[in-house]
Amino acid sequence: MTLTTEPAGLLAPATKDAPRIRVRGLSVGFTSSAGHRRVVNDVSFELHPGRCLAIVGESGSGKSVTARTLVGLTGRGAVVDADELSLDGEDLRGFRERRWREVRGRRIGVVLQDALVSLDPLRPVGKEIEEALRLHGWGDRRARRRRVIDLLDAVGVPEPERRARQRPGELSGGLRQRALIASAIALEPEIVIADEPTTALDVSVQAQVLAQLAAMKERGVSLVLISHDLSVVAHLADDILVMRGGEVVEQGAAAEVLGAPRHAYTRELIAAVPGGHTRDTRLAPHFVLPEFPARGAAPHADGPLVEAVALRKSYPVPGGGRATAVDDVSFTLERGRTLGIVGESGSGKSTTARLVLALEEPDAGEVRLAGRPWTGIRETRRRADRRRVSVVAQDPLSSFDPRWTVEQILSDALDLRLPAASREHRIRELLGLVALPDAVRRRLPLTLSGGQRQRVAIARALAGEPELIVLDEAVSALDVSVQAQILDLLVALQDALGVSYLFISHDLGVIHHVSDDILVMKDGRVVERGDPEAVFRDPQHPYTRDLVGALLRLDSDTPSATASPGETE
Amino acid sequence: MTRTSSAEATAREEVAAPVASPRTGLARARRVGGRALSAVTVLLGAATAAFLAQAALPGDRATTILNIRSGQAVARTPEELAPIIAQFGLDRPLVRQYLDYLAGLLRGDLGSSYQQFRPVWDIIGEQLAATLVLSLTAIALAWLLMVVWVVATAGRGPRVRGLGQTVDTVAAGLPHYWLGIVLLLVFALTLHWAPVMGGDGIEALLLPALTLAIPLGGFMGQATRAEFERALEQPFVVSARMRGMGETELRLRHVLRHAVLPAVTLSGWALGATISGAVVVESIFNRPGIGRVLVTAVSSQDIPVVTGIVVLIAAVYVIANLVVDVLYTAVDPRVRIA
Repeated sequence: MTLTTEPAGLLAPATKDAPRIRVRGLSVGFTSSAGHRRVVNDVSFELHPGRCLAIVGESGSGKSVTARTLVGLTGRGAVVDADELSLDGEDLRGFRERRWREVRGRRIGVVLQDALVSLDPLRPVGKEIEEALRLHGWGDRRARRRRVIDLLDAVGVPEPERRARQRPGELSGGLRQRALIASAIALEPEIVIADEPTTALDVSVQAQVLAQLAAMKERGVSLVLISHDLSVVAHLADDILVMRGGEVVEQGAAAEVLGAPRHAYTRELIAAVPGGHTRDTRLAPHFVLPEFPARGAAPHADGPLVEAVALRKSYPVPGGGRATAVDDVSFTLERGRTLGIVGESGSGKSTTARLVLALEEPDAGEVRLAGRPWTGIRETRRRADRRRVSVVAQDPLSSFDPRWTVEQILSDALDLRLPAASREHRIRELLGLVALPDAVRRRLPLTLSGGQRQRVAIARALAGEPELIVLDEAVSALDVSVQAQILDLLVALQDALGVSYLFISHDLGVIHHVSDDILVMKDGRVVERGDPEAVFRDPQHPYTRDLVGALLRLDSDTPSATASPGETE
Repeated sequence: MTRTSSAEATAREEVAAPVASPRTGLARARRVGGRALSAVTVLLGAATAAFLAQAALPGDRATTILNIRSGQAVARTPEELAPIIAQFGLDRPLVRQYLDYLAGLLRGDLGSSYQQFRPVWDIIGEQLAATLVLSLTAIALAWLLMVVWVVATAGRGPRVRGLGQTVDTVAAGLPHYWLGIVLLLVFALTLHWAPVMGGDGIEALLLPALTLAIPLGGFMGQATRAEFERALEQPFVVSARMRGMGETELRLRHVLRHAVLPAVTLSGWALGATISGAVVVESIFNRPGIGRVLVTAVSSQDIPVVTGIVVLIAAVYVIANLVVDVLYTAVDPRVRIA
């Protein structure tokens, strides 16, 4: 980082040890026509210079609301009540909008998650960064332009002049997130709030972004890091605040909270992080799994369930030419086993899934299902066997008809010839399999929580008694604790029903937890394959070594952020 | 990047990464060529329909023309009809007449009026400027009203939002003839702010333009408001607030741009629609313009004038939509890539 002024130097020595932000007894509620709803209750903390406070909790725990209250953007109808809420000794409680605007960006910078939507998609990123400078009257136009380039350079964006002219959609996830960070720290605020800054990022990019935040902390910036994932905050946080349902359940120094958690909920959160050490154990032991109906073992047959041979698929690129998405990919998947495919976005793993689902025809190679051709035949010949293969996508909401109830969604997936009575029975059975109460039948998907929706999606996938389920980033959008429940459920279902999984994820921890065999993909090719032990203990390909090195673990030290420093498009 | 909702989107992203640049010039040429071809097709279609309407008119055309000119409906002798047949080439085969007609169009010749013995182009040309000024002023006014109203009311408290929406809906539903007369009564006859009839200059233009602009603004407002409120909920708006941006600037600089795309599309359609709306408005306010020419021509069955205006309006539509396409990529540069 080569910024012109060191933020640490801005601080008068007298304030060195005084907290920058002091919050005591903070409560936030929202008033609407439906009444008053309290979402944050009695939260207290202090934020010191050069320290990092992590607020950890599931969605709906009040962690984001708490952070937004620090910049006066709690939201419409919010009622904020606090015994103390101060920034450098100044009482924030009576602040008017105009005063808040002076604080935002200049004294407190905020980095939100997923820069694709957190930066204006219609404007070049350079303009967005410049805007932060312009709003606070920093320099003239030319000086601001130069400063934008310097900032992009400082956060490790290669070719900053060119990148500054590009829109967020033209940048990769990592570059985009760094541009967002640049816009938040443009005026060198002494406090930076990062709200889920690495959610939805690939592991190696996540490591790079966290390294940026660590560098800021080194320079004396105070960080508030918000996450649902304890492993993300583990090596950066000095203090941790664990929240649930608007309440602080545990608070203290990071080493204590992680090393010797006092509250059961904290222990649950720690246990919920999947990885190699959690294989064959429950991630969410408190989540009650259903009693599975006794069912005969998987249909006995010889040979692997899926064989993919030298698959290749390319797509036309706008402006002419073709890009190869999948190149020479082969694998076999045995019955009742899980094959994990791990890779970053753009590695071809989702295209591989589409080929296995026979949604696309490969340009070369073939997929065989139970020894018979699955691709390269007419759809009419495939139709009878379609029910043997099903899919669960990342975001089930977009694959449900929003006007259908859960009952209709499940009924639609059942065999048409099934009489009404057994249909009724089967829906109840499916809901039981995924541990959903019978009451959700009449609900619309929009009114369900993320975890419940994903369980409905799994129930629908199970409806045709498939032999193979393709799980395409099926747990990636879920909170760690909900993800833990779904992973437990999937493992239990496999044991009970003998179904095979093709499990696709960018999350190495998840892949390590569930897979019997692993393929590592990069740029459409398989760069490494083997059982989890081999891939994670003794990776052969340099790319796999980078990935494994960037993997965050609760018990590990700082991940090697140097894995791939100069990321390019 | 991994948070894509469907496998398809991921597949597209995977492919989009190594874009080959050298051939984009060719692709652009192809795209421009495609646009031009479709524009020509639309014009040809309009011209053909107009020609067929003339040809399909019941009765002998030469007799009709002569009767229109003399204002009497009587049977004519061949001697009387001969000069008319020669002038309009009515003795030639229909296909030949069609080709002559198209060739005339290419030269800018829209035929000649049955009634006024003059080329149609001259008749239209005299009035075209007045109507175009009215239409363009109306569209500009509609945009102004719509942007101010939507920026002021969208995404505010429930009452203001309700008011904003109601006004949009009511405005969009106002018929031109009613609105024109009400504006005339209130602003010209009662308040004397504007001339009652005719006149030149801005004052005379204002009420007719408002008559066209208010329903159009309401219509565009309905489309823009929904997008505006959706854009206000987007995370990049939160990001801009977090940088210290004020509400008004935020709405004008970030949110509006995301919301105007549907209104831009509608504007292309609106240029044609206001020209047809001008028919009513020009009668009410007694303004010169194509609208009045069209009304007169229709009532006197002066078919060449009617078809000339039809072809001209089709041309205006085509040009307007080409302009809209250009504006569209200026507002949302992502379109060019996709």
